[in-house]
Amino acid sequence: MSDATLRVFRGVGTVGGQTVDYTVPVAPGMVVLDALHYIQGHLAPDLAVRWNCKAGKCGSCSAEVNGRPRLTCKTRMDDLPKDQPITVMPMKSFPRIKDLVTDVSWNYQVNKKIPAFHPHQNTDWKISQIDVDRVQEFRKCIECFLCQDVCHVIREHDAKAKFGGPRFFVRVAGLELHPLDAGNRVGLLKEELGIGLCNITKCCTEVCPEEIHITDNAIIPLKERVVDQFYDPLTMLFRKIRGQ
Amino acid sequence: MTTSYETREHDVLIIGAGGAGLRAAIEALAKGASVGVVCKSLLGKAHTVMAEGGIAAAMANVDAADGWQPHFRDTMRGGKFLNNWRMAQLHAQEAPDRVRELEQWGALFDRTDKGAILQRAFGGHTYKRLCHVGDRTGLEMIRTLQDRGVQLGFDVYMECTVTRLLTDGGRLAGAFGYWRENGRFIVFKAKSVVIATGGIGKAWPVTSNSWEYTGDGMTLAYQAGAELMDMEFVQFHPTGMVWPPGVQGLLVTEAVRGEGGILRNKLGERFMEKYDPQRMELSTRDVVARSIYTEVKEGRGTEHGGAYLDISHKPAEYVKKKLPSMYHQFKELADVDITKGPMEVGPTCHYVMGGIRVEAETAQSTLPGLFAAGEAAAGLHGSNRLGGNSLSDLLVFGRRAGLGAAEHAKRVSYTGVSEAQIAEAEKELLAPFSNPNSESPYAVHRDLQKVMQSLVGIFRTEEDLKKAFAELEQLKTRAAQASVEGSRLFNPGWHLASELKSMLTVSEAVALSALARTESRGAHSRIDYPNYDPVWEKKHNIIVREGVEMKRRESAVEEMPDELKQLAMAD
Repeated sequence: MSDATLRVFRGVGTVGGQTVDYTVPVAPGMVVLDALHYIQGHLAPDLAVRWNCKAGKCGSCSAEVNGRPRLTCKTRMDDLPKDQPITVMPMKSFPRIKDLVTDVSWNYQVNKKIPAFHPHQNTDWKISQIDVDRVQEFRKCIECFLCQDVCHVIREHDAKAKFGGPRFFVRVAGLELHPLDAGNRVGLLKEELGIGLCNITKCCTEVCPEEIHITDNAIIPLKERVVDQFYDPLTMLFRKIRGQ
Repeated sequence: MTTSYETREHDVLIIGAGGAGLRAAIEALAKGASVGVVCKSLLGKAHTVMAEGGIAAAMANVDAADGWQPHFRDTMRGGKFLNNWRMAQLHAQEAPDRVRELEQWGALFDRTDKGAILQRAFGGHTYKRLCHVGDRTGLEMIRTLQDRGVQLGFDVYMECTVTRLLTDGGRLAGAFGYWRENGRFIVFKAKSVVIATGGIGKAWPVTSNSWEYTGDGMTLAYQAGAELMDMEFVQFHPTGMVWPPGVQGLLVTEAVRGEGGILRNKLGERFMEKYDPQRMELSTRDVVARSIYTEVKEGRGTEHGGAYLDISHKPAEYVKKKLPSMYHQFKELADVDITKGPMEVGPTCHYVMGGIRVEAETAQSTLPGLFAAGEAAAGLHGSNRLGGNSLSDLLVFGRRAGLGAAEHAKRVSYTGVSEAQIAEAEKELLAPFSNPNSESPYAVHRDLQKVMQSLVGIFRTEEDLKKAFAELEQLKTRAAQASVEGSRLFNPGWHLASELKSMLTVSEAVALSALARTESRGAHSRIDYPNYDPVWEKKHNIIVREGVEMKRRESAVEEMPDELKQLAMAD
């Protein structure tokens, strides 16, 4: 068994704080979250870390490991370079609370803006598997918020007030493409969720632990819907005539 | 004297935001109650997200012969007749409606060729009965319930822990807790409280459960004077990961066996032929877990002390489609491609059948105004739970608890909360900050887990259980001396110090009940009493608090009406 050095961010509140080095014995198959638990159990009992399932299913243990947004429960120690400390930082796009724990409440506020599933009237609830397959990709999302963390609209421009972020484009896609949904969230996408701010750099897709094709399968089709509904020349002309 | 705290008021306060808590909240909201939901984690992270295999409901979409009667019979037989028959009946009758409701709220299940909800086979179920979404059914369920609740408008108190129920005479008055983020106190005034806090698995080291599963809800109810029941029945899921060490205990869904997975020992023998030749890998969980344990103990285990579970005879694409998260879990965490070779699996502490004693129709505990649903409640599963019956339990009895709590709230008015009780709760919670620095809560937790694994595990004996008591007594003393470093701001060591008390309470209840039950039934296996005892078939163990002492009583199993008896016994 060899040792590894973890360089973990410690600090309270949004300003200040510093990294602290901890030496942790490495066992076979160990993940970064195991190492953080070792630190809690033996070296720093007040180290704040969020986690739940430790199986990549709940999306709680998000952090930035060696500069990359990841689930710490799925990041294996033996996949990281051994000759340098492993840095573990909190997600940068959200206000820090303590150590690796950040305030992600903004995400829950965005979620509240999205109208729920609204089924067609008189449906017999028969759905084909092909239609289900198309939507299930979006419903795999575990809300780890890594896509939100890495999105430059949020990370560099802090446009939280006028932007929903990739997570919620995925959620809207799951509703809009539900075979029995009769709602329309295209206006919401354009205005309150600001989908136009996304310039499809695909950073979100790259970090998604569920391998959802966020940009290609969710954001681009939704952008197309916005264009169809609001910028199609014929529709615009029609609107002008009708005075709407 | 109390320090400062904020006060909130709700007709119905729900503790726990997994499937049962959220379903209860939805129902109470629909009945016009003001609802508060308190959860230790962020909303949507509760243990329900880990449920994989499916929701058991006799919809008869795949096997037309299914109906509530066969589901009832399977549940009673799986629980070895210790189940509350009325709960088993209500559960079997209502589960299909609860699934349809989820679909109407936006859940998308896998489909049959005709476009209906697809159902798969599972251990102990006579027919293909589990409605599912690949192997991530729990995520679909919790997201659907969460969004429904948000839409209806409940107040959610995230990362908030309740440490005590407040009472006024024999009446429930509310609850006391703290915010995990800043350590500040909060008092809830409530007319009804629903406990939906899940199980107790964190008292064992090899477990599929998350950190939240520390028996808080059962302890709250016990401390407030409600009864616990059947606590000796702790389910060890037959298939947890055994290698590498970091993932030991992580669940391998029963759906692997449901989809045709085969168990073998290191000699290549399909050993279930010996233990249950009829049902083989799809025998009930208690039987499969004991079989694997026995194979390992007798020297036929795999390199890392488990059994092989193999699904690689199925086409790779099929495995990836039906078991996607298992495929990724093994590939990423164990370097095993399950489409090409076998997994190594062994028993892992998974579920407790026992819990808060409730009345079947309303889910009310023995303390008026206190309700319980899901894993925190006892009764439905008897001595052993069938896979898939948990998610349906959450829906059926979550709804009933929400309904019962809302109706109770209409009948009563708010009562005063006692400053003395609040002051006592504060003192207890803050004690670890003033204890002389002697005992780490993490060390006490590790030692508790060792005791439970080695002395109160799958196989039990009188000698071990008595030893466990002595150990638990020492651990209680050490837990009371636990001290913490740092401040009240998001301090996991402090949080654990409080949860240790819950774990010790439920551990003692398990050991006390297990020692008394001198027979083997369902998930409770006594090496010194290996057979069924017809006398114990008629008895529940009840746990109550008398002063500071934990007491055990016995209570008669309620007799089934004749027509249900015939149904349960029929072949």
